[in-house]
Amino acid sequence: MTKLDSVRGTKGDVVLDVKGLRIRAKSKAGWAEIVKGIDLTLRRGEILGLIGESGAGKSTIGLAALGYVKPGCRITDGTILFAGEDLSELSEAELRRLRGVRIAYVAQSAAAAFNPAHRLIDQYTEVAVVHGIRDAASARAEAVELYRKLHLPNPEAFGERFPHQVSGGQLQRAMVAMALACKPDIIVFDEPTTALDVTTQIEVLAAIKDVVRDFHTAAIYITHDLAVVAQLADRIMVLRHGDLVEEGNTRQILEQPSADYTRQLLGRDPPKSDTTTASQKILTVSSVDAAYGSIKVLHHVSLSVGEGTTVAVVGESGSGKSTLARVVTGLLPCSKGALMFDGRSIDSSLRRRSLDLRRRIQLVHQMPDTSLNPRHRVREVLGRPLTFYHGLMGRLRTARIIELLEQIELDLTFLDRFPEELSGGQKQRLCIARALAAKPDLIICDEVTSALDQSVAQGVLRLLMDLQKNLRVSYLFITHDLQTVRAIADEVVVMNQGRIVEQGPKDEFFAPPHHPYTQLLLTSVPQMDPDWLDSIRETRAALARAMSLA
Amino acid sequence: MGNIPKLIAKRLGLGIFVLWVVSLIIFLGVSLLPGDVATEILGQSALPETVAAFRHELGLDLPLHIRYVHWLGGLLKGDLGHSLANGRAVSQLIGERLGNTLFLAGVAACFSVPVSLLLGLLTALYRGSVFDRFTNAVTLTWISFPEFFVAYILIMFFSVQAGWFPSLSTMREGDSFTHSLYLVTLPALTLTLVVTAHMMRMTRAAIISVLGSPFIEMAKLKGIGQRRVIVWHALPNALAPIINVVVIDLAYLIVGVVVVEVVFVYPGLGQLMIDAVQRRDITVVQACSLIFAATYVLLNMFADVLAIATNPRLMYPK
Repeated sequence: MTKLDSVRGTKGDVVLDVKGLRIRAKSKAGWAEIVKGIDLTLRRGEILGLIGESGAGKSTIGLAALGYVKPGCRITDGTILFAGEDLSELSEAELRRLRGVRIAYVAQSAAAAFNPAHRLIDQYTEVAVVHGIRDAASARAEAVELYRKLHLPNPEAFGERFPHQVSGGQLQRAMVAMALACKPDIIVFDEPTTALDVTTQIEVLAAIKDVVRDFHTAAIYITHDLAVVAQLADRIMVLRHGDLVEEGNTRQILEQPSADYTRQLLGRDPPKSDTTTASQKILTVSSVDAAYGSIKVLHHVSLSVGEGTTVAVVGESGSGKSTLARVVTGLLPCSKGALMFDGRSIDSSLRRRSLDLRRRIQLVHQMPDTSLNPRHRVREVLGRPLTFYHGLMGRLRTARIIELLEQIELDLTFLDRFPEELSGGQKQRLCIARALAAKPDLIICDEVTSALDQSVAQGVLRLLMDLQKNLRVSYLFITHDLQTVRAIADEVVVMNQGRIVEQGPKDEFFAPPHHPYTQLLLTSVPQMDPDWLDSIRETRAALARAMSLA
Repeated sequence: MGNIPKLIAKRLGLGIFVLWVVSLIIFLGVSLLPGDVATEILGQSALPETVAAFRHELGLDLPLHIRYVHWLGGLLKGDLGHSLANGRAVSQLIGERLGNTLFLAGVAACFSVPVSLLLGLLTALYRGSVFDRFTNAVTLTWISFPEFFVAYILIMFFSVQAGWFPSLSTMREGDSFTHSLYLVTLPALTLTLVVTAHMMRMTRAAIISVLGSPFIEMAKLKGIGQRRVIVWHALPNALAPIINVVVIDLAYLIVGVVVVEVVFVYPGLGQLMIDAVQRRDITVVQACSLIFAATYVLLNMFADVLAIATNPRLMYPK
C-alpha cells in the first residue's frame, strides 16, 4: 500500500502512463486487434479527451485504465503503469483494491449502470464501505455534501431514492458523485452525457467540470462529440480504428487540426439549401390529443406535411414527439382531433385502416438492432412487405429486392446476410429500404440517426434526401438534434411537454426572434469553442439574477 | 405500496370465482364417470331395488343441478357435507389428511428451497467449473427418474440396507413431532430430489442472465468482489422468476405427491382423493379438489405480492 499511496502528489505528476497498449477482441475470424499500440500519459489535475467514432477503441482504452477488459477481449501487449505498478499484470484481487478507490468509472447510461434494486445512497456508500475506507455513517454524510455540491435537489433525502425515481440528468450526476466517493486519483468518464438532452447535458458538463477542478482529480473523458470534449479537456487524443490519429492541446486541435480525419470530425453537414414548399398537403393533423391510460401526453397538436417535403419535429425526451409518430401511424389512436391523409379524413386506429392506407404511411425506428428480426435474412426483410402489399412473388420479387438494395447503395452480396452481419449504418439503410418497399407517400423517421456515428448518420441523411428528390416521398422527421434539422428540414415543429411551442419554415426557426424554449434549445447545443460552456453559464446566471430581481 | 391490498382483494375475488368453476367442473366430471357410489358399494350383483333404495337414502336420485345447489348451499354455510361412502363428516376426514400433507410438504420445502437457492447461487458463482457441471448433472439425473423409482432407491439404501429410516411412513395420532419428522424423512427426501433441479436451474439461469447487465459491469468497476456482485447486485434483480418457480414447486409439493404417498403408505390428501374418485364419493372429491385449487390460487397470489414487494419500481412509483 505504501507504494500506491505515494502517488498522491502535486499537480503535474504523471498518474497514469500507458505504453504500447494492444488489445485484441475475439471475432468470428479469430482475434482482431481493436487497440493498436496506444501511448497515453495522464497528469494530475488534467482532463484528457479521447475522441473518435464507434470502433475507435476509445472505451476499450478507458476501461483498460482500470485494468479491465470486456469479456471476449484481452490485452496482448503494452504496459498500463499506475503508481508504479503495471495494471495489465495485477491479479483480480489487487485490481479490486484500486477500482472504485483510486481509479473510478462513470458509465454512459446512468440509468443502466445503477442497480435498479437498491437506493442511490447504498450504491454510493458501497464502494467506501466494502473497501474498508469509511464506515457507512460517514460515507452517507459525505454523500450528502457531494449531492449538494452537484446541485442535486434536496441533498439530504436524494440518496434515499431508487434510480427509477430520479431524472436522467440527476442520475448521471449521482453517478459522478459515486465515482468521487473515495476521492480517486483518476476518473474515467465514458460518454457520460451522450444519452442526455442538450439542456440537461449542460448541467452535467458543468457539474463534472467543477468537481474535477475542486478535487484535483485527473480524468479521461471519452466522447464522440468534439464540441463536448472541447468544454472540458486540456488535451485531446483523436482515435480511429484503434490507432491514434493526432494528439494535442484542445485549442490546437480545434483551431489547427493536422489530420484530415480530425477536420472531418470538426466539419458539420452542409445545410439543405433548396427548401421546398409544396402546395399539396399529404398529412394534416388537427388539434390532436392523445393519452396513455389516464396520462395525457399530447395537447392540441396541429401540423401538416406537404407532399415531397420534410417536417422536422424537435423536442427533448418526454416532449411527446414519438407519441405523435404513434398517433400518425395509428398505433395509438388519438382521443380527440382528426387526421387527414392525401385530402381525405382517415381513421385514427390502425386496425380500421385499409391495407392500402397502411402501405402509404411507413415508419422507421430509432434502433435498427431491435426493429429488424435477427432470424430474417435481408431477402426476407425486404421481400415480406413486397408480397404483403404488392403480391410480388418469385423472380419479380427478387428483381424488386435488388432494385431496393441499389437504392440504399448496397450490392447483391447482401441478399443472404443476417442483420447481425451488417454494420449499424447498413442496418438503418435496410430499415429505410423496408419502408420503401411498400412504396409509401409518407415515411415517419423516429430518431433514425441518433444511434449512428456522425459520419454514418450523414450518409443516411444524404440517402434520405436523394430518395426524396427521386421518389417525392414526404418525411415526418423526429429528432432531438438541431444539426440534423439544419441538414434536412423544410419546416420545423418544436414540441415541449406535449405541446407545439413553435412551428414554421426552417429559415425562420434558425433566425431570431425565437420562442423562449427554442432559444433555450438552440443555445444549449455545445459549440466548438472551449469557452462556450463558461460563457453560457454566465449568461444564464445573469439571466436568472435579472429574473429574480424583476 | 398501496397497490398490494388492492391486488390481494382482487386476487381473492378472482380466486373464489376460480374455485366455483373448479367445483362445477369436478361435479360434472365425476357424474360423467360410469356408475355411482351406490353401484360401487353394493357391487355388480345387487338388485336394482336395493340400489334404488340406497340412492334414495343418499339423495342420489335427485337431478344433478339440485344436488349441486344443495352441496353449494351447504358449502356456503361452511358445511362440506358427509362422505357418501362411510357417512363421516368430510371436514373431519380431510382435516387430519390435510395436516399430514402440509407437514410433508412443509418438511420437503424447508429443506429443498434453501438448498436449491444456495446451489443456484453457487453454480452461478462458479459457472463452468467442475462443481457447476457436477451439480447440474446430479440434479438433472434425479429429476429425470420417475418419483417412485427415486423413492424405491432411497428405500433400498436407507431403509433396507442401512436400516436408518422406516420404509413405511404411516403416521399415528399422538406421534411426537420428532418422531413424525423421522417418519417423513424418506418421502421428504424423495420430493426434495425431484424439485431441486427445477428451482436450482431457474435460480442459476436468472442470475446469469442478470450478470450481463451494465450495472453488474459497473459493480465490478467499483472493485466489488464476485460474491457480493452475485448476492447483492444480481440476486435482487433475479428474484421475480425465482419466486415464481419456487411457488410452482411448493404447489406441486402439496398437490402432486400422490405417487410418493402411495409408495410410503403415507396418509395424505392425495391418496384420500384417489380413493374417493374410485368410490365415486363426490363430496370428498369436491372438497379435495377445492383445497388443491385454493392452494394454487393462494400461492400464486403470494408470488405476485412477493414480486411486487421485491421490485422497487412497483413498490415505490415515481
